[in-house]
Amino acid sequence: MISGAEIMVKCLEIEGVKTVFGYPGAAICPFYDFLCRSKIEHVLVREEQNAAHEASGYARAAGVPGVCVATSGPGATNLITGIATAYMDSVPLIAITGQVNQWLLGRDVFQEADITGACESFTKHSYLVKNAADLPRIFKEAFHIASTGRPGPVLIDVPTDVQKQMVASFSYPQKAQIPGYKPRTQGHAIQIRKAAEAISKAKRPLLCCGGGVVLAGARTEMIEFAEKTGIPIVSTMMGLGVVPMDSPVYLGMIGMHGHENANRAMHDADLILLCGARVGDRAVSDPQQVSDTTKIVHIDIDPAEIGKNMDVDIPIVGDIRLVLRALAAETDYTAPAEWIEHVKAEKAAFVPKGSPRDDYVEPRSFMRVLSRMMAKNAIFCADVGQNQIWAAKNFNVKEGRFLTSGGLGTMGYALPAAIGAKLAKPHRQVVCVCGDGSFQMSMCELATLKQTGADVKIILMVNERLGMVWELQTKLYDGRHTATTLTGSPDFVKLAEAYGIPATEVSSNAQAELAAKRMLESDGPFLLVCRVDPDEPTL
Amino acid sequence: MKHTLSVLVENQPGVLSKVAGLFSRRGFNIDSLAVGVTQDADISRMTIVVDGDEHIVEQVEKQLNKLIPVIKVKVLEPGMFLSSEHALIKVTCRAKQHAEIMNIAELLHASIVDVSPASLTLEITGSEDRLNTLIGLLKPYGIKEVVRSGALAIEKGASTALKQNAKA
Ligand SMILES: Cc1ncc(C[n+]2csc(CCOP(=O)(O)OP(=O)(O)O)c2C)c(N)n1
Repeated sequence: MISGAEIMVKCLEIEGVKTVFGYPGAAICPFYDFLCRSKIEHVLVREEQNAAHEASGYARAAGVPGVCVATSGPGATNLITGIATAYMDSVPLIAITGQVNQWLLGRDVFQEADITGACESFTKHSYLVKNAADLPRIFKEAFHIASTGRPGPVLIDVPTDVQKQMVASFSYPQKAQIPGYKPRTQGHAIQIRKAAEAISKAKRPLLCCGGGVVLAGARTEMIEFAEKTGIPIVSTMMGLGVVPMDSPVYLGMIGMHGHENANRAMHDADLILLCGARVGDRAVSDPQQVSDTTKIVHIDIDPAEIGKNMDVDIPIVGDIRLVLRALAAETDYTAPAEWIEHVKAEKAAFVPKGSPRDDYVEPRSFMRVLSRMMAKNAIFCADVGQNQIWAAKNFNVKEGRFLTSGGLGTMGYALPAAIGAKLAKPHRQVVCVCGDGSFQMSMCELATLKQTGADVKIILMVNERLGMVWELQTKLYDGRHTATTLTGSPDFVKLAEAYGIPATEVSSNAQAELAAKRMLESDGPFLLVCRVDPDEPTL
Repeated sequence: MKHTLSVLVENQPGVLSKVAGLFSRRGFNIDSLAVGVTQDADISRMTIVVDGDEHIVEQVEKQLNKLIPVIKVKVLEPGMFLSSEHALIKVTCRAKQHAEIMNIAELLHASIVDVSPASLTLEITGSEDRLNTLIGLLKPYGIKEVVRSGALAIEKGASTALKQNAKA
């Protein structure tokens, strides 16, 4: 005989899970009782939302589903923002929640929350387990669903009595059999030929790289395709890091906060190949502007993304990696020199903003300096707000990763995501940047950082305000600044030190550069507080 | 413009809420939705009538397909399927009006399924148009209650939505 809880742990072991992030409670205690006898490492977070973000950072760095665990009711509802964040960025995540005893379901008993219902609109799929004998099948399906096709979060809600239920034996299914789920990975040959034809006629072609390229691990294919054809690349925020900023084929980030020359290239192009990009309103604020005369080829593993936000001429459903390879084989096109020169000239004419100053840290030039100092394969996490935009536009991701909450825009994401990423890739340098607003949404994770000993460096851009909203109020609300001043913030250096984490504060570029160098060379976690001009704009 | 979708789903708890939730969340308009089990007890069919342009229907189809328990979605081609709906209609009427109403019922192939001193209840199965016509004709008498099933649809000829799919 074997209990549901033991089965759950066994399933995780078979799936190769090494680390889970969680927070216990009575309703998940049977599971924890077995988890702690397993080799799986458990990271005790300080609030459940961070468990989901940490699992998300882990997943994105490791390329396998991240796992987070919470108890029923408030534990489960605290996970919600983290699950929704993962959903919007297509991160493979398994969220395991305890639930009240089955016979009490639906009666609003102590710590009951209908979590599968609450998460309906931002999980890829969810399960409320009614019988322990179903657990192996459900776990098999959950991992399969989370990590294939367009990845996403899957929730498994397990009532306490199901965790305690004894069943005769355990066997893990070889394959998930889900009649309605068969993601298509190979692009349709006819569509690929059509795209190749359209490319051959293009005078001003452009590749637009989204987060799907990162998820598909199609970096090499993307760059090779661009180099072979000479077609320049722009990227969305989620596509950052696929092509290094200084690569000759790369023009920059598009969108509301993007590089002007990249946006102009989108506007000027007569053919755009959208690769794994959902064309969100932040990336293309007015799809009409682009789609009038421009031919659009849209490649995505999720058919529902194609044509959702932009009219598409040639849709290709499939894994970007496979499609780009097939497309490369179909074409011997070379982009017209005139166009290449044009976009290159525009890129060259683009003057990066920001310069050294000695009264504050200038975040844009600091980001550029920082990226020069960091390891080639470093993982860089940006939070949400001005700090994110400064990082996105100026931090050069070389062979590493740029992690941020691009879809939901969740403040407080960077620190926990960085912890997760570091635990997934202990040998890679991991640095995060936060604003003083966003940091305060997750600073309880300094304890998790201390407890795990994860070597995560934190750069805190202190402007004593909710900078991005402040900036918005300046521009669109006649300068009426309401509820955007952060008074009452702690002394962040002392705060870090209270956790036993070394910290320094700097207020000029020169100081910042030196301190960053020392920080990167130090062992273990470190907090670098950078004083930023409160009126520093992003635009 | 109305479009009829035939959707095969796994017969599991929660499927209906997943499907209905998708419509409200994404702002699609459901005209009607009817559900029942198929010849395979593990599979249910939903017939969904959606109001919207081509773009909306395409999105509805794609988004439905993303739901894991959805096995197959087919947008039925106009003219290529039979559609029928069932309704129960309770009308207020005095005894001397019975004959008139029975005439109307006969005209539209509806039947009288319940009679009381102050009411008649009619049952009708047929196209949406026929149901609307009947309801229109009965209106002057005073309709107390209408219960409609929502449209059911099936393809003409030998083709089925289930054809190349299902339980692999
Ligand atoms: C959870 C959450 N709440 C609110 C917002 C809205 N919001 C977007 S940016 C921003 C300001 C961020 O301020 P801070 O973290 O200090 O960063 P800065 O913009 O100053 O760099 C706010 C409040 C959000 N994105 N996420």
